[in-house]
Amino acid sequence: MSEVSLLPYAEFLGIRVVGEQDGVPLLVMPFSEGLTNLQGGLHGGAVSGLLEIAAIAAIDATLDNGEQARAIFKPINVTVDFMRPGRPSDVYARAEVVRVGARIANVCASAWQDDPERLIATARMNLAISMPVEN
Amino acid sequence: MAAAFDPTVLLTSAKGGHIVALGLRHVAHGDDWCELALDYDRRLVSDATSGILASGPIVSLMDTAAGFAVWIRRGRFAAQATLDLRLDYLRPSRPGAPVTGRAECYRLTRRIAFVRGVAHDGDPADPIAHLAGTYMLLEDEA
Repeated sequence: MSEVSLLPYAEFLGIRVVGEQDGVPLLVMPFSEGLTNLQGGLHGGAVSGLLEIAAIAAIDATLDNGEQARAIFKPINVTVDFMRPGRPSDVYARAEVVRVGARIANVCASAWQDDPERLIATARMNLAISMPVEN
Repeated sequence: MAAAFDPTVLLTSAKGGHIVALGLRHVAHGDDWCELALDYDRRLVSDATSGILASGPIVSLMDTAAGFAVWIRRGRFAAQATLDLRLDYLRPSRPGAPVTGRAECYRLTRRIAFVRGVAHDGDPADPIAHLAGTYMLLEDEA
């Protein structure tokens, strides 16, 4: 697995890489007050952000040069399903690259809190692949 | 239409949380819709070189605007949970430009609210993202 450097927005959310499994990075978003919604739980947008970052990190891990990833992969869409309310505690996420074709990459990401078997949210993300311009 | 829920009061009374961290601002609202804005912030970009906003903050903007639209249509601040959200990213936002997100609750049943929305970076006729989603309505007390 190549070194994965997370995007600035990931730092804003406090997300870190805490390990890897089968070549895919495992991410944690430690709980902080800035992630909560008006009802005291985790904001769905912050959880969605974590899932998108997990999807991007899983793609970056397949590349030799993760630095180029942002120029190559552009998000087309994301669909997020919420299974359980996010409680005010740490959230973990990892993603599976379903397919990287010539033009499109399909990725599935999952998020959980205490128990990896009890998912709080999943996301499917499709990204367009554009080859970097050779200099 | 009930006018008991005022998004401006809720936004200005929020002392913390993700909405404050992102700096979301109220722009306008009506009977079943709400428009919020996200100011450009270099901490929210996907790539320091391009300066393009990550997609995540757009999701948070649209989820918040849609949640507010549901509360407005329900006429009160009551417990609800996002069931699903889909965002289509039509094009990247322009670096430096604030993003405006408008969401509408176009159908409300006893248990489910259906929402749709559009985000743009200056010209509503040239959107950057489209939203479709649903919310589960929970008990009356939030």
